[in-house]
Amino acid sequence: MFFPISGVHLDPIYLILIGFVVGTLGGFFGVGGSFLTAPALFAVGLPMNFVVGTDLAHIVGKSIVAARTHRVLGNIDLKLAGIMVIGTIAGSETGVQAIEFLKKAADVDLVVGSVSVIVFTGISLFCAWESWMTLRAKARTSWSSDPTLSKRQDATAIDGFAKAVQKIKLAPMVRLPHSGIASISFWAILFVSFIGGVFSGFLGGGAGYIRMPAMVYLLGIPTHIAVGTDLFEIIISAGYGTVRHAMKGNVDIVIALIMQTGAALGARIGANLTQYFTGPRIRLAFASIPLLGAIVIALRLLNSHHP
Amino acid sequence: MKSVKISTLFHLIMEVTIYAVLVSAYLILVLHFLLDWLKELFTKQPEVYALVAILLMIGQSVGLERLTASLVHFARQRRE
Repeated sequence: MFFPISGVHLDPIYLILIGFVVGTLGGFFGVGGSFLTAPALFAVGLPMNFVVGTDLAHIVGKSIVAARTHRVLGNIDLKLAGIMVIGTIAGSETGVQAIEFLKKAADVDLVVGSVSVIVFTGISLFCAWESWMTLRAKARTSWSSDPTLSKRQDATAIDGFAKAVQKIKLAPMVRLPHSGIASISFWAILFVSFIGGVFSGFLGGGAGYIRMPAMVYLLGIPTHIAVGTDLFEIIISAGYGTVRHAMKGNVDIVIALIMQTGAALGARIGANLTQYFTGPRIRLAFASIPLLGAIVIALRLLNSHHP
Repeated sequence: MKSVKISTLFHLIMEVTIYAVLVSAYLILVLHFLLDWLKELFTKQPEVYALVAILLMIGQSVGLERLTASLVHFARQRRE
């Protein structure tokens, strides 16, 4: 099929399938899935500027579908999401500026690619280790693995970080009753979302791979609520990015709509599946996602820098 | 408990099927009626194109979602 906006020929079934895969992963883990979509679109000949913009447009649609399902399930903390949007947009602009600086000073593809591989592998190993330890600890204690337990009864093997962050008394303090947090500094939330935004601007996509675990381990947000809130926050940040890219001629909305056909179905399925898994099990499964991204980027780097 | 799980799975399958039909119809309508107009907007009015692009995504996600929820609700009521 010919797409007149970007001027390329692509198979719509291929686009629907990519959408379905990343939609399911996004609904379940609260990630945009750019690390899979971007190489998949680039590999079939879509120019890189259209890859970035079109991917963002499809992330908006998919995240709306998944976030609405999570909202019905009570997995979205609107107050937390509202604060995080501010930090994400500021961080995203900082990440974009860092890219602009690197374009002049260094091999931007090599630097961004190397940082991605290190960060993704680190997150992956850490999440796998932590969730495995939590599951082992749970098996030894009376903590039931019944997934119908309250979402606020989530447990992590290293909840000391979150407790330390919640003890920082830097005004203004915020109450997050929906997430079961009595008091946390506004600046701690802003810092976590800012870091997520920097990665989003620097590495592309929604950066859910860093924001979701950061919400769990640093802020102490229960996993189900971190997934739902992250998706809600991605709608705003990716929506902002889509409009900016569309104005610069980087979005083929027809490709995004076709991908969204598969992604919307996958997102509904993925979001509904979270009901049947406990927090540590979701995190253990999540550990494989950044690692997959690291492998894809490492292969691309090896191919492009091969003599 | 087992019957509740089967019922939930049935509703999920019904919801996904209705959504799949609606989303396919929406896509066919956009391709048939808006493709040339979108191409023209893309080249001549990028600001309007950006607005239409985000509205099309939101329309597909929110509009069809609401329509699906209504149809599922209607179907459930008829079954009961």
